[in-house]
Formats: sequence, structure tokens, C-alpha cells
Amino acid sequence: MAVSDAAPIISTRLARPDGHTLAGYEATRGYTALRKALGMGPDAVLEEVKAANLQGRGGAGFPAGAKWSFLPKDVFPRYFVVNGDESEPGTSKDRPLMERDPHQLIEGLLISCFAVRAAQAFIYVRGEMALAQERLATALNEAYAAGYVGRDIMGSGWSLDIVLHWGAGAYIVGEETALIESLEGQRGMPRLKPPFFPAAKGLYLQPTVVNNVETLSNIPWIVTHGGAAFAALGTEKAAGTRLFALSGHVRRPGVYEVEMGTTTFRDLVEAPVYGGGIRHGNKLKAFIPGGASAPWFYPEQLDLALDASVVGPAGSMLGSGAVVIMDDTTCAVRAAWRLVRFFAHESCGKCTPCREGGAWLEKILRRILDGHGREDDIELLLDVGDNISPGPFPHPPLDGVAAVPFPFKQTTICPLGPSAVSPIHSSILRFRDEYLIHIKDGRCHLG
Amino acid sequence: MAEQTEQATKTTVTVVLDGREIEANPGELVIAAAERNGVYIPRFCYHPRMRPVGMCRMCIVEIDSGRGPALQPSCMLPVAEGMKVDTQSALTKKAQDGVLEFLLINHPLDCPVCDKGGECPLQDQTLAFGPGETRFVEEKRHFEKPIPISELVYLDRERCVLCDRCTRFAKEVAGDPLISFIDRGNHTQVNTFPDDPFSSYFSGNTVQLCPVGALLARPYRFRARPWDLDQVESTCTACAFGCRVALQSSANRLVRKLGVDVDPVNQGWTCDKGRFDFEAVNSDDRLGTPLVRSTAGPVNGNGGSPVDLAPTSWSEAWDRVIEGIGRARLRPGPESIAVLGGARLTNEDAYAWSKLARSVLATDSVDAQLGDGLPAEVVVGLPRASIDAACAAETVLLLAPDLKEELPVLYLRLRQAVVDGGLNLVEVSPVATGMTPYATVSVRYRPGEAAEVVRALVSGDGGVGAGGQSDAMRRAGELLRKGSLVCVLGRPSLAERAQPIAAAAAAVLDALPATTFLSALRRANVHGALDMGLAPGILPGRVSLDEGRRWFAEAWPAVPASRGLDAEGIIAAAAEGRVACLILLGADPLADFPDRSLARRALAGAGFVIAVDSFLTASSRRADVVLPAATYGEKGGTTTNIEGRVSRLHQKITAPGTARPDWMIAAELAWRLGGDLGFGSEDEVWDEIERLAPSHHGLTRARLASAEGFDGLLAGGVAEVGDHDAPPTMSGADAPGIQGPLGHTKDDSLATTGMGHDVHPDPQAGAEPAGAPAGVARAEAAAGAGGSGYADGDTPGEVERDADAVERSVEAEGSGRSGAFRPSGGGGDRGSTPQRPSPLRWSLVEPPPSPPPLDRYSLRLVSARKLYDDGTLVQNSPSLVPLAPGARIRVNPADLSPLGVVAGSKLQVSSSQGRVVLEAAPDPAVPQGSAVVAFNQPGPGAADLIDSTQPVTEVRIETLSGASGPTP
Repeated sequence: MAVSDAAPIISTRLARPDGHTLAGYEATRGYTALRKALGMGPDAVLEEVKAANLQGRGGAGFPAGAKWSFLPKDVFPRYFVVNGDESEPGTSKDRPLMERDPHQLIEGLLISCFAVRAAQAFIYVRGEMALAQERLATALNEAYAAGYVGRDIMGSGWSLDIVLHWGAGAYIVGEETALIESLEGQRGMPRLKPPFFPAAKGLYLQPTVVNNVETLSNIPWIVTHGGAAFAALGTEKAAGTRLFALSGHVRRPGVYEVEMGTTTFRDLVEAPVYGGGIRHGNKLKAFIPGGASAPWFYPEQLDLALDASVVGPAGSMLGSGAVVIMDDTTCAVRAAWRLVRFFAHESCGKCTPCREGGAWLEKILRRILDGHGREDDIELLLDVGDNISPGPFPHPPLDGVAAVPFPFKQTTICPLGPSAVSPIHSSILRFRDEYLIHIKDGRCHLG
Repeated sequence: MAEQTEQATKTTVTVVLDGREIEANPGELVIAAAERNGVYIPRFCYHPRMRPVGMCRMCIVEIDSGRGPALQPSCMLPVAEGMKVDTQSALTKKAQDGVLEFLLINHPLDCPVCDKGGECPLQDQTLAFGPGETRFVEEKRHFEKPIPISELVYLDRERCVLCDRCTRFAKEVAGDPLISFIDRGNHTQVNTFPDDPFSSYFSGNTVQLCPVGALLARPYRFRARPWDLDQVESTCTACAFGCRVALQSSANRLVRKLGVDVDPVNQGWTCDKGRFDFEAVNSDDRLGTPLVRSTAGPVNGNGGSPVDLAPTSWSEAWDRVIEGIGRARLRPGPESIAVLGGARLTNEDAYAWSKLARSVLATDSVDAQLGDGLPAEVVVGLPRASIDAACAAETVLLLAPDLKEELPVLYLRLRQAVVDGGLNLVEVSPVATGMTPYATVSVRYRPGEAAEVVRALVSGDGGVGAGGQSDAMRRAGELLRKGSLVCVLGRPSLAERAQPIAAAAAAVLDALPATTFLSALRRANVHGALDMGLAPGILPGRVSLDEGRRWFAEAWPAVPASRGLDAEGIIAAAAEGRVACLILLGADPLADFPDRSLARRALAGAGFVIAVDSFLTASSRRADVVLPAATYGEKGGTTTNIEGRVSRLHQKITAPGTARPDWMIAAELAWRLGGDLGFGSEDEVWDEIERLAPSHHGLTRARLASAEGFDGLLAGGVAEVGDHDAPPTMSGADAPGIQGPLGHTKDDSLATTGMGHDVHPDPQAGAEPAGAPAGVARAEAAAGAGGSGYADGDTPGEVERDADAVERSVEAEGSGRSGAFRPSGGGGDRGSTPQRPSPLRWSLVEPPPSPPPLDRYSLRLVSARKLYDDGTLVQNSPSLVPLAPGARIRVNPADLSPLGVVAGSKLQVSSSQGRVVLEAAPDPAVPQGSAVVAFNQPGPGAADLIDSTQPVTEVRIETLSGASGPTP
């Protein structure tokens, strides 16, 4: 049981009743990092963040410092966008950060904009998160009034405007190019990369950094304690701590800040301070290691570390830090259907394979669940999936077959299409017999 | 450009396509490079004229850009050196088949009742690559079908494959983002916003762009199957822009017009009027037989009605015509016979009538315009710019009516140049137009004051113009003087005279001599008609009557001694009873002459009226004889667009009854009057034009029919001085050859007439201008011009004139093409031959009339046309009739509120010419002190108010209860 005793970094104020207020934030060393950063100068701040080896917490895990360095030199204006459109099923880590510690995000954003010399920032908050929107709006007003945001911040001569933008309720807008489209007032549909890498052609076709809420919430700590202190936590390839949203059939579902790399899935599920084990003493059937899009893991993968460089080669992804636990009372077919239904519903409609294929997959699964399955439906599901995500689909090693590493290939612009294939592929791979019972007997093996 | 040449000598990118090396252009998309090299990658959303979206995923192919092969959309990826593209790999094929299956699962497969069946890319690709059976057993997606999204377009959302072509077109190309995607995922659909129909002037393009049968044109729906259609390629004549189109017919009726992509002109697009006006050709109201006024009926002009016009035979009609002309010939004076109209004719028709009028009817009182354009010498005699040159210029000065209404595809081209190319647009207009949102600067002038405002702009003398515009004036002036400048010149309003606009053009040319001009006259072939001499004082080939007299006297039986009257003069003379015979060539002065009461008096006062027309119009109903003419699609020939581009028309169907082409009517009339025009076919007319009209020399039929002539050829670039029989090949080599459209094969298989053979038949006896006396100097244009006011009086001698002409000609080419225009210096040894006259150059002689002092109680009227109006084409096309918006009076709310007038209330509008009741439309886009009434809308309107003899027309408005006018 390797439960880290390191002090938490970003969840320190989540339990404070006044954590979301300026008074509460200032009482807990709030905005001191900003003052320090303003004294350091942009380049020194950038170096600290690079030294911290802070990987993006949105899902792709790209190092923030490197991302900032991709901005072309001397091209202005450049924009900074906060991706607060957290909507991956199972994921709920940005939401408490926005609701309970909005100033930490604002301070992180301020420091980041200072480092990359952006003069305009946008915080894009998921449409359904009313409380987060309200708290962030209040916090922004407080910060403007206190001189932390706006013109001549803290007398430094440096200015930044932050615009709060509420989404309209589309999952796809969590994808950064779709978020940019939405922010521009268009329908939220992803852009093709290349040529629309945000660092080069982002918001209004200007260089743009898009960072996740959690990523930015780490920045004040990094500036205060130094990048090296952050990098010292976790492992070389997985530095710092990270919020994990643990859900499903565990005794203590919740959001936990754990040290990366040194903690395993088993720690997260079984440690009394985290999940506390499977509910009712049931057995683990499968789990999703990184949000609904991720290919499933099975009990054999429990001892893998919470480290993207470990999970990826093992056939799935750490993604957005959402671990969904399924015990042995779960019908694999029904679980797959629930997940596919989400992706079919949330397809933006741009790419044909996702728009048509996702809905088709959902209909086939629904038909099987309704007792009208056909014998060739399993092959049909896999082949339709193959037309969305061609070639071997990522999966962990199984029955002597080596793992197929992440990521998946795709005939679509963004990974939403293949995400609908994940649960189907993962469930058929391991639980084909449950499908056969549904198809042949028209009922679930669980009765 | 400079970077590229510095970079490397290699200007292409080498790509491995299906195992063989091909050369692609830098920046070219893989899908386009493959297609140019014979590999067609299937696609639905990709369109070369719109930005790629990578939406349908049909064009995904395996591409290796150095990091291993991966499926990539070939419509979004530009070529890169060493890139490997495999369009045939198993992975590519599987993915494409998968996409096709996805597109089909929810497709209704109602091909047997779908307009697109037979020419449907989805159908074709399914037939070629698709599976024979479906694996989809669930219920398909359903929508109500079809739903009208505009007056002209139906939408069937079940068939839609969501390729984003129509929505992209509406947003990117047309600038009318009225259709878009709604809902998401598998329920995504194209639709309009509630209560906001797709009322775009360009909606028909989406029907042509649609890769399936989701968008349907009301005029074509269920009319024909593609395999029953026969087609020719032709040029649209709904306006003067000259869009290239395909004309399709079934059972001798036109059923569809499609845009054809020619790069220098329409780039595939058309406006809805041009696309659907073929309905008029099929109209049951077409004239198929001559009509004569019954002798028992009321005398001409006294309220003639169609009842008085009786069908008759051609021979009886000819007898009446000869009798009428014979009587007119007895009347002395050059005004006894006048010819109005001709802008709807082909070049060949116009030339025939021009020759007939000058050499047989002995009149120079001919005018293709109806007092609603610009003085002909301004149009013909200003240095010219091509459409491409305007789009590529640094700045365009827009001194024209609303291009979106009058030349819609020019609007598209300029809009695109602004949006994508950074063109600066300086708009000088009396009211806001459809172009205003794209103008860098808009300057409003008070009607009648255009010349003063433009003069102030080009001289950098700010502060003039309607109140508080000095800032805009200064910025506009800076832009005009910044770099290459093209002026788009038309008549911004019919309620002010044309002279101030001409004076404004002269001011521009005076201050910025490198300026070139693009005409914005609207009516069909008005430029061709002017080129063919259907204007007083102008002979075919853009030469003045005096300059060209000797040349044409050699070829024609006669050339008038003095300049005749223009349309305003003809109408005024007729109203005073001085015109004994008035010939209307498809002209309807009651509808199109700005001043209707004067036109009415003219028709009543003309002694004998002959109308050559395809329809009975308000004016031709008052004629004594109506001769039925063949119209669009029923005859071949050529037409000329705003930039002087000559392109071919083709016959697709036969004319109703005994209607015949206008040139044939001219030729027969000449013969019946004892003359001989000397040609017996359109081809022979063209050969004579090519031989005699200086601006058209070198535009041989062979060249027009060749690949080079596919896009049409610019007239005026190949005039050779003193060398009329230079080999055509030489002219051809130097002529403004135009690049073909992207990927468009110049397949001439659409041609029906035998224009492929050569050319240059023996000149007609007596017409060959060889052997004229030696040493005859050309008459100076200024000499004996009879107060024409257009002659270039300052030019001291002909050598200098020719040199100027060369310079001008080269300038006019603008975009780097060189005209094969040779100075006359080397032609001394040909002194015995009358020299091919040099083109007319216009400069201002008369100052424009000054507008009256401002009258606080009046509003200055602005009147221009809308795309859909009360004209013959629209009113005989049932689909277009409901689109004419009707006449309303738009006035600034500040001028209306003192009257207590709200939108929709009826106002009595009065001028010196009459009074009409119009609905009020408060509109802040109209400057205070002005009032806008659209011209030629159904019912009473602007023409009943305009006084064409005044510099501007002023109107007063009253509420119907009799309250007084506005008191500002």
C-alpha cells in the first residue's frame, strides 16, 4: 500500500468553507505566487514550469512548459484559453477546483499569461456547471476589484483581461479546437490538425494556448515552491500529484489528490483513505482507467502505476483522471451500451464515421439488449468499429496476445469517434460470452 | 513570390502517388494534385472553390509524410516533398467503403423519385464501390420531406449527407449565412433559422453544389431525368456579367441552367435570376407570329391594347413595315427614323441592326441604352480593366449601383477579393448597398453631387460631401492614391442624370491617370451592342463616327454624315412628334426609361412604331407592327460582358412559331428595302465583325471555338493599326489568353454549331478596304463632331494618338497580358489603304449640370434596380415573379418621424412629374434628405416620379390624410 504522505498541492482549500472567496484565498497565501512571478519576469517563470515537468491534466498529458514554448516568436496578439469544459463521464476534478478554489485557477492563469506574454485570456466553463460559473464570476469580479486582474496588475505595469465564457452543453467542446470554434461563436466542431494547431493557428487564427483547469491550478504552487520541488514528487515521467475521480462500485467514491507514478490503481481502489475496496465485498470485473473514452482494464492491470507512460503502452490511457470501477454484478453489454449511447449522443456530427457509425453501434447494442441480437452482430460491431478506428484497437495483454498500445487510429478528425469503439472492443474482447448469451437466449447472463 | 524564387529553382513538389512520381504545385491539396494527375479520389464535401472542411471523410487515403502511413483526408492536406500517397491500399479502400456505408445507412434510397438520380455522386460511387446489400437493419432516420427553405429551393434532409457544401457556400461565398447545421450527432440537419428563409440571391448554387438530391430547385423539380437532358454550353445573359452556363433541355423546352466554372468570370457560380430565368423562354406568352395593329382599331398611341394587335403572316407584316418606313423616309431630317434598344441582342444581331440603321435606314439615331446607363462614349472610351484586374487591384473605387442587385456575380467576385484577398473597397454611393459591409470606406454623396465628392476624394481635398464625413473622405482618398486602382463605374441612381457620374470618372482619370475602369452596366449584352455601334456617334469596333467613317464607307453602302440622337434625344424628339418611325429592338421604354411620362408621350408621338420583341411588353403593345424575335437559347452567336469579353452563345431549342433571330430580321428588312447587308448566317456576320470592327480584329471564330476561347476572349486587346490583314495566328499568340479553370477540361463537345472550321472567308465584294487613295489622313475625331462632346479634341496628331492608344491598351490589360497593338509607325508604306481606325478615347468636355440648391421641404430621390423587378425576364418566369419586392419608399427615420409615419403607412410621394402612393419603410441606411424607391417594380413607382430632364429628381412626401411635408 503506497499511499503518499506528501502534502496536497491543489486540493488544500477544497474543504475550507471560504476557500472560494478572495478573503479565504488571501488568508492561505493567495496571490503571493503572482507577486513573486511578476518579480521573476516571464522567462524565469517559463523555466520554472518547464522544470516542473507539469503534464497537462486534461487528457493528452502534454507538458505545459513545452506547449507554451510552441508559440511562434513575436506573433501577437496571442491568447490564453482555459479549458473548463470538463464533461468526460466519470471525470469530476476540474469542477471542485472551479467551485471551491476559483482564485487558485485565476492566479495560475495570470502567471501563465504573464509567462507567455498573452494580454487576453478566456475561461471556458462547461454550460451545465452553474455553480462553477457563478463562483468564477464572483471571484473574477473580486480579483478585478483587488487589482489582480485588469490594467497594471499589482502595480507591475502588466495588464491582462480575462473573459468568462459559458459553454452551451456540448461534450465535444472539451476538444481544444472545438472549444476554440465555440469561443469564436461558431458551432463547436473540431478543426483538423494540421493546419489548426492552436499554438500556431488558434483562437481567431492567432497563436493560442489551451490549458486544462487542473493544469493551471498547479502553477501558483510551482512558482512558490519551485519547479524542482514539483518534479521531485512522483516519478521522472509522472511528476507531481494529480486529482483522480474515482467512481463506480467502490466503497468510497470521490475525488482524491494522489502522488503520480508511485501510486497504483490498486492503491486508489483499495486504500482506506481512497476507494476503500469494492462495494459489498464483490469482485472487480473491469475498470476504466482514464475516462469513458479509454479502453478498459481488467483485474490483471490493477498494479499498474498511475503514470501515462505506463498506462499507454499497456493498452489504454490515463486520460482525464477518471477511474470507473465495475464489479461482477455489471453486465458488460449493458455497460458498453451506456457508454456508446453517450458518445453517439455527443458526436458533433462533423465526421461521417462518428456521426453515423456511433449511432449505428448504439442501435445494434440496444437491439441486442432488447433480445433481438443476431449471430453476426458481434462481427458487425467490430467491423463498424474498425471503420471508425481502423487497425488493431488498443487493449491490454490478454490470453497470450500482446498489448496494443494507445493511441487508437481514426478515420475521424478528433478521438470522439474511436471513443465509442472503446467500450465495445473492450467488452467483446473479454466478455464475448455475455454477448452470446444475450444474442442466443435474449437475456442477460445475470438473469 | 520573391521568397519562392530566392528559395530554390525547383518550383514544384515531388510526390509519390500510387507508386509513381508526380509533380505538384506547392500548397496544392493532395486531392487536387491527384486529380490533375489522373487519379480521382472520391469526395463529397471537397469543392475547389471553397475552403476544405474534411467533413465527409470520403477522401481519406493512406498518406506517409515521413512518420509512417496514416489515413488522412486528402482534401485538407497540402502536398509535401517526398510525401507518399496510396489511394489504392487495402486500408484506404476499407476506410472509404466504410464511409460510403455510413453515408448510406440513413439515406432513404429513394433514387427513383429523386431529381439527382442519374447524376448523383452518392449513387455513382455506391454503384462503383459500394456493397450490394446493407448491413443496417434498424429504422432509418426520418425527417419531414421536403421542406421549402426559400421560394426557390426545397430541402430533403433525409437525403442529406451533411457535406457542408451548401452551408459553406452560403457563409463563405455568398455571405448570406442563412442555412446552417442545427442539432448534433446523428440528428444533425441542415436548416434555416425559424422565420428566416434562405432568401439569398445565390440559393440556386447550393442545388448545383449538393452532391445528393437534398436540395432541389423548385423550377426543375420533377421536370426531367438527367439522362433525358441534352445540353450545350452557353453564356448567361440575365445581366452583363457573362456567367458561363450549361443550358439543358428536354423535349425542346429549357429545363435547367447550370453554372460552369470559368476562372476569369463566374468561377462556377450564378445568381438565381440567371439560373431560373429560362422559364421566360418557355413562356406561353412568347410571340411566335408577327402582329399588326388592326386598321379598324384606334390610331397608334391612343391606348393601344393587345386586342388591337392581330396575328398575321410575315409577308403582311413586312408590307406594313415597308410602308411605315417608306412614309418616314419621306420626312426630311436625320430624326425621322430612330432605333431604340438592342442590349438584349447578340453581337451579331446588334451588328446587323447597326449596319442596317446606318447604311440602309440612313440614321445615326440608334441607342442600345434607354437613358438608364452612362453615355456610350464613356463606356466605350475609358481605359478598361478586366474583372480579374479589379479583384487583383490594390483598391477598387465603386461608383456604381448596388452590385448585389444588378451584377450579382461581380458582387461575389469582389466580395471574395475583399474577404480573402485584402482588396480595399472604396464605395461612393448615395445610399448603402449590398457591398457596403465589405467596403473599407463608404462615402455617401447627396444625389447630384457625385462629381464634386469624387473630385474632392481624388484631389485629397477632404471635407466635402454629406455632413461630417471628412474622416472617411481622407481615408478613402488615401486608399485611392495608394496603388493600383480600378474604378467600377455605373449609374448609381436613375433619379439623377448620368453626366455627374461621367464627370466623376473624368476627375478620377485626371487625378490618377493609371486608373482603369470596369463597367457596371447591367443589361445583358449592352457592352456588345455599344461595341457594335448601337449608340449615336459610335461605329462598330469602338470607333467614333468621324474616326471610322472612311473605313466603314469602304465596306458599307453608306455611313451617316452626322451624329444622331441618343435615347434621351430620341424619346424627347418622339414626344414632340419629330420621329416618324421608331424601331424598338426588345426595348421597353415604358418600363426602363427613367421618366415614364416622357416615354409615354414619346410612344404616343412617334409616327410609326415597329417592335422587334419576344414578348408583348407595355411598349410593344403600343407598336403598329410587332415582329417576333428568337431569344436566349434559341440562337447562337456571341455576347460581350462588362469587361469586353466576347464569349459564345449556343442554340439549344427552336424558337416558337416563326420567331427568328434579330440579325435575320435586319437582313430581310434590308433586302426588302432594296439593300443587302451581305451576310446569310451568324458566322458570316461574325466574320465581318472580326474583319471590320477594329476592337474585335483577331477574335476569329476559330479562336473563339478553340480551347483558348473557352473562357471567352477580351475584345480590344488586339487592334492593329494599319495592318488589317495580319495573320490571325499572330494576333492569337499575343492575345489575352486566359488560363482555363482549375481542372476543367476544355471539352468543346457541348458545341453544336460548326464553329470549328476556319475562318476568314473572302471579303465581300466592295467591302475590302484595299486600294483606297493614298495619303488620306484620318479625320480627327474632334473635327466636325457636331458638338458630340466626346471627341478628344486636344490630341494634336495621329502618331501621338496611336502611341497613346498603345499605352492605354497595355494599361487596360492590367494583369500583365500584352495586347498585340502595334503603333502605326511602320505602316507608312501602306498609305494607300484606309487605316483601321483607332479606338475612341473619351474625355470630358461639358461640365455636368449643377444640382439645384437644397430644398428643405424635399427629399432627393435615389432609384436603382433590384435583382427581381417588373422586367420581362422576371415577370415571365413564374418562379421568380413572387420575388419582386415591390416599390416602397425608404427614408431615414429622422425624416419620417416628424410626420408621425411608421413602417407600413402609406405616403403620397410627389414630384414635378407625378404623384404615387407608396408604403413607407423607415431605414437608417438612407442618409437624411434622400428617399429611395426601387426602379421598375410592379405597379406605380420611381419612373412615375423621375424627371429625366432635371439633374436630380426631388420628391415631397405627405401622409395620405394630407399633412404637410417633412419639416426638418
